[in-house]
Amino acid sequence: MTGYDLFDLAVRNLRQSKLRNGLTTVGISVGVASLVAMLSLGVGLQKLATRRLAGSGMFDTVFVTSKQDFRGMDREDDQKTEHPEKEPLLDQPARDQMTRLKYVTEVEPEVRVMGEVVYDGQTHFGFVTGLPVSARENEAFDNLEGKFFSGPSAEDVILLNDFAKELNPKDPKQLIGQEITLRYGERQALPAESTGRPQLSGGETADTSSSDNFGFSVVRKTQALKVVGIIQEEPYGGMRAVSRGRIFLPVDLTEKLNMAQFTDMRSSLRGAGKTYMTLTVRVKDPGKVSEVQDAINKMGFRTFSILDATKSLRRFFTVLDLFLGIFGSLALAVATLAIINTLVMAVLERRREIGIMKAIGASDGDVKGLFFAEAGAMGFFGGVLGIVLGLAIGKAINIGTGIYLRRHQLPAEAVWIMPPWLIGAAIAFSILVSLLAGLYPASRAARLDPVQTLKYE
Amino acid sequence: MRSVSASEATATVRTERVCRYYPMGGSIIRAVDGISLSVGRGEFVALLGQSGSGKSTLLNLLAGLDRPTSGSVLVQDRDLASMSSEELARYRRSDVGMVFQAFHLIPSMTITDNVELPMRFAEVERAERTQRARQSLEQVGLGHRLEHRPSELSGGEQQRVSLARALANRPQLLLADEPTGNLDSRTGEDILNLIRDLSLALGMTVVMVTHERALAERFAQRLIFLGDGKLLSQEALA
Repeated sequence: MTGYDLFDLAVRNLRQSKLRNGLTTVGISVGVASLVAMLSLGVGLQKLATRRLAGSGMFDTVFVTSKQDFRGMDREDDQKTEHPEKEPLLDQPARDQMTRLKYVTEVEPEVRVMGEVVYDGQTHFGFVTGLPVSARENEAFDNLEGKFFSGPSAEDVILLNDFAKELNPKDPKQLIGQEITLRYGERQALPAESTGRPQLSGGETADTSSSDNFGFSVVRKTQALKVVGIIQEEPYGGMRAVSRGRIFLPVDLTEKLNMAQFTDMRSSLRGAGKTYMTLTVRVKDPGKVSEVQDAINKMGFRTFSILDATKSLRRFFTVLDLFLGIFGSLALAVATLAIINTLVMAVLERRREIGIMKAIGASDGDVKGLFFAEAGAMGFFGGVLGIVLGLAIGKAINIGTGIYLRRHQLPAEAVWIMPPWLIGAAIAFSILVSLLAGLYPASRAARLDPVQTLKYE
Repeated sequence: MRSVSASEATATVRTERVCRYYPMGGSIIRAVDGISLSVGRGEFVALLGQSGSGKSTLLNLLAGLDRPTSGSVLVQDRDLASMSSEELARYRRSDVGMVFQAFHLIPSMTITDNVELPMRFAEVERAERTQRARQSLEQVGLGHRLEHRPSELSGGEQQRVSLARALANRPQLLLADEPTGNLDSRTGEDILNLIRDLSLALGMTVVMVTHERALAERFAQRLIFLGDGKLLSQEALA
């Protein structure tokens, strides 16, 4: 029998017992809806968690430090570094080399210095951090009051709302457009005559002898800045060193101003030119982070990316999805029993019909195929109905969660997300489960002896 | 009336010492017990006997619905006993047509769908099978009731549908199991007239089980008498 005839006869047969087959199909749809709802909840929760992390702007970022500095995240890595002094320096040539790497879009230093803001005759202490242009994409700037920096080295400043309140407790927003004065420490080269040695580009004198006469001066400077914006929360989800500032300047401006950093002392002791404590390397595509990380590791630097940290998170969600899938499948397992019951009843009721079909030329395979097609059709219709039901459940979950979150003064979040692949997969799974449920009734029907069944009446 | 030897006609159907035994509790029922017979091409044969004589069992063996315990059933020199269940299904759908006492139509289908059903199993194209079903139903005089369901027809009409279905795949052998058993005598005669006419027109061999000797004598060319699963005698009719 052709596939068309099998399906046609199966649908005709299903129509014969509309109520029973309809209820079984609804049973399957409830099972599918439950499975879809659970899995979509898992997907939604995972997306919610990863959205927060992705919003931190760390998924496409590799943090690079020199093996000469501090201990890394991975202690084993330190043990492998037998002679840290021989490891390469994280300096301008290294930064340039990283900029040239494939998939790298931006290499910026992490700048975090102490500073003082003078406003309205008052002095306020705060950490000053440099932000690259790419920080604009960070979710912290989604609710930015005012605007972002007008250029990569513009003399603009963005303030954290808490700090802005400190400057103007009555109306912090009024600060936007106004000028403030920043006091900071500038790193200045020692005069050449004081060391007798040539100066380096970073303003230091080169260590060309065994002498320890090497260093720089820190000179107090002021810089007028225009307040362009105020942000409510720390950028990068508060996960990076630069997040913990209260006064944000374009990173290029901080470099131009040659702000003295805590780590400059380390460079001075080392007797090297200007080096960076940490460089943040931004990658075009989060999928290429590992590749870029490997390339930088080969250059002899220590690297860290959020991908390392999210491995355990992904493991957690895989387990969560598994459990949600198992719970969701329970209803489908019950529906499977309903399919078996319906089809076994159909075999008993249609014994004579099966006998007739065999007498007029149906093979065992035709009979088996017919019952399979009926099971498959119930699975298909149940799957489609289940998706619709699942979408309705999901909508209800999202609406309910939204109301709950808003009552707690939190923004509404979609905790239930049905990925498109799940639609096809759930229908296919529903058909597969129904076919498996149809195995026993179909083979029982195929085994019926036509002589006996025709005597049955 | 004269007795007929098995070799008289060119055999389409032949059985050789065919037996069909059924275990029943501790004993064995010998439903068919060593019957050898032969039916020629285009011949109309009636199997007669009392209830339990083995007529229907023999017919089921000829139809390939049942397998012999021993002996062989040869249809056009093919031994049904050695066929696989798939081959037997193919044989039933293309070589044999069956008509039953209880009509055995599927009540949920229209009569056209009932007639089309064996053609679905034979994978006949949709357009062709619709046309053939209509043709078969017109042949049996039901061209005006194509969309009716069996329950809307009389017994005689249902048996005509059953006959149209049996002829759908143009078989060479028609097996009829008490085709008039559920019909009044006049309708029964009409059905047998139809079977005989079609048999003559299509050159089809007919083996009919009946216990109505008078009807058998009017329509069959040969009577075969069975009793206790054995072939008792045969009579050729002029």
